[in-house]
Amino acid sequence: MKITLDTVVKTFDTFRAVHGVSLEIESGELIALLGPSGSGKTTILRMVAGLEYADSGSILFGDKDATDIPVRDRGVGFVFQHYALFPHMTVAENIAFGMKVSKRKRSREEIATRVTELLALVRLEGLGDRFPTQISGGQRQRVALARALAVDPRVLLLDEPFGALDANVRRDLRRWLREIHDQLGITTLFVTHDQEEALDLADRVVILEQGRIVQEGTPEEVCRRPNSPFVTKFLGDAHRLVGPVTSGSARVAGGTVAVPSLPDGQAEIFVRPADLSWGEGDIPAEVTRVIDRPDGRRVVVRLEDGTTLELDMPPETRIEKGDRQTLRVRRAHAFPLA
Amino acid sequence: MSKYLRKAKPPRVGDAPAVRRSLIAFVLLVGAVLILAPLVVIFVQAFSQGFSTFARTIAQPDTRHAIFMTVATALIAVPINTAFGIAAAWAITKFDFPGKRLLTVVIEIPFSISPIVAGVAYLFVYGLQGVFGPALQAADIKILFALPGIVLASMFVTAPFVARELIPLMQAQGRDLEEAATSLGASGWRTFFSVTLPNIRWAMLYGVVLCNARVMGEFGAVSVVSGNIRGQTNTLPLHVELLYHDYQTVGAFAAASILTALALVTIVAKVILEHQGAGRAGRPMLAGPAVEAKETHQ
Repeated sequence: MKITLDTVVKTFDTFRAVHGVSLEIESGELIALLGPSGSGKTTILRMVAGLEYADSGSILFGDKDATDIPVRDRGVGFVFQHYALFPHMTVAENIAFGMKVSKRKRSREEIATRVTELLALVRLEGLGDRFPTQISGGQRQRVALARALAVDPRVLLLDEPFGALDANVRRDLRRWLREIHDQLGITTLFVTHDQEEALDLADRVVILEQGRIVQEGTPEEVCRRPNSPFVTKFLGDAHRLVGPVTSGSARVAGGTVAVPSLPDGQAEIFVRPADLSWGEGDIPAEVTRVIDRPDGRRVVVRLEDGTTLELDMPPETRIEKGDRQTLRVRRAHAFPLA
Repeated sequence: MSKYLRKAKPPRVGDAPAVRRSLIAFVLLVGAVLILAPLVVIFVQAFSQGFSTFARTIAQPDTRHAIFMTVATALIAVPINTAFGIAAAWAITKFDFPGKRLLTVVIEIPFSISPIVAGVAYLFVYGLQGVFGPALQAADIKILFALPGIVLASMFVTAPFVARELIPLMQAQGRDLEEAATSLGASGWRTFFSVTLPNIRWAMLYGVVLCNARVMGEFGAVSVVSGNIRGQTNTLPLHVELLYHDYQTVGAFAAASILTALALVTIVAKVILEHQGAGRAGRPMLAGPAVEAKETHQ
């Protein structure tokens, strides 16, 4: 099911949560709505679900205007941030609920068979008789997904699906959700504030800031060609340098950075820890701290003008606090300063 | 030695054993003197001249009628107020609408107003000199000095009970469950009966018990609107007072013991219901501790 949002606006009291958002989601696509809290991503998701009505603009399911179709008739599967499992029902009863209340009558056997199928799909065989309080967070998440899938939704919507889980469970569930999506081919839209999650899982990432789409594209497009300082910073660790550009070279903190595509004038330059080389180039720096990690050493340095940068080095590098060297910026995202 | 030391140490949390014991003793003592002793006195006095006297007093037509009035009032007022309480709590916690704050305050009013004021107010609304009085008389509808007036006054006094129990709980539960049910295709009614109600039933039951106890025991508001007509509009609490003023001590205590017994029945019913509900199919109590299972995800 293809979904189209056309200049959708939503205001709560006086707060404009969503400003004229337009978006096309192709059938079978897995899309991430990525943004900081308050960027309107959950509101957009809830409007697609029909849990909120749009103030203006329209939402189309296929060719059909769904803007005013109430949530119960929309055929969406919604997975809530805190799962919203019915605490007084067993796992199996939770999954069966949508089929029991459906306008399409199903026999008791049909429902039981489908529940067993779904339990197998979400790898929870044998846990059907448990209550939600008797299973772990990751298992609850999967029950919530099974419950949403039980009614054969045309669209699957997930609100911060992995927000409440710890890091390892989160990564596993992410890969698993991708597998389920590939298996079922259902159009899926999920909301997250975690850029890693969005890049890891989605076909296309839609980045939001203050109720507006600031960039959308494949993970590769948004990572390689962020179109604004906001997107650059939001997608990952980035430090900001400011300096004047003359003929493709910016002067910053006693050294230079090559910025070939930029016109002359003030510019802001964002560098990531992996974009810097130690012992090359011409930016003088002093090590203030070394942080050891399983996959390498993160070195914190201070430049002449007091700016702090971080760079990643291989684990065997010998470096310590107080070392002085020069730095080279191998790669940078630079934007002219207005 | 370490064992001995550990014993001598005060508990990490809470107070020393001496403090704890005297606190418990104090509470038990006050509880016994303030609550238990009067209850015992009621039954002792009621049966002071033997069971036959007790039975004879209870069998008096006036007393029987008073019992009937009280039970009838409770049977009408409690279900209506329960429905009102659920509706009010639902509206306040699950929807946003103008005047929501005002409604919350209005529900609380009966708590802060003396019941006798409520009774007098009803007198002026439905009485002969009141707003609707003449019209009601013309239509030959009797509200004051009859069962409808008693029911209305009792309902006014107990209007907040169920709502007050439900609002904090439903606020804490939020709207997620209802939204989930609706997104799965459930209608409003279905959502209410399958999802909302099962999750609030214990709080609701507690509200019903409180409401019932108060309806049966209400004196002030009812005494104004009932007119205290013996054998016609007297409820049990009014009847107790009447007998007491007639120096019929045994009668007064006998009627009081019936009232007490009705209250005890309510509480026992609640305990039994809770017990059954909690035991049914091993469903965990909602307020119970979450049992964390091992993560079996691969």
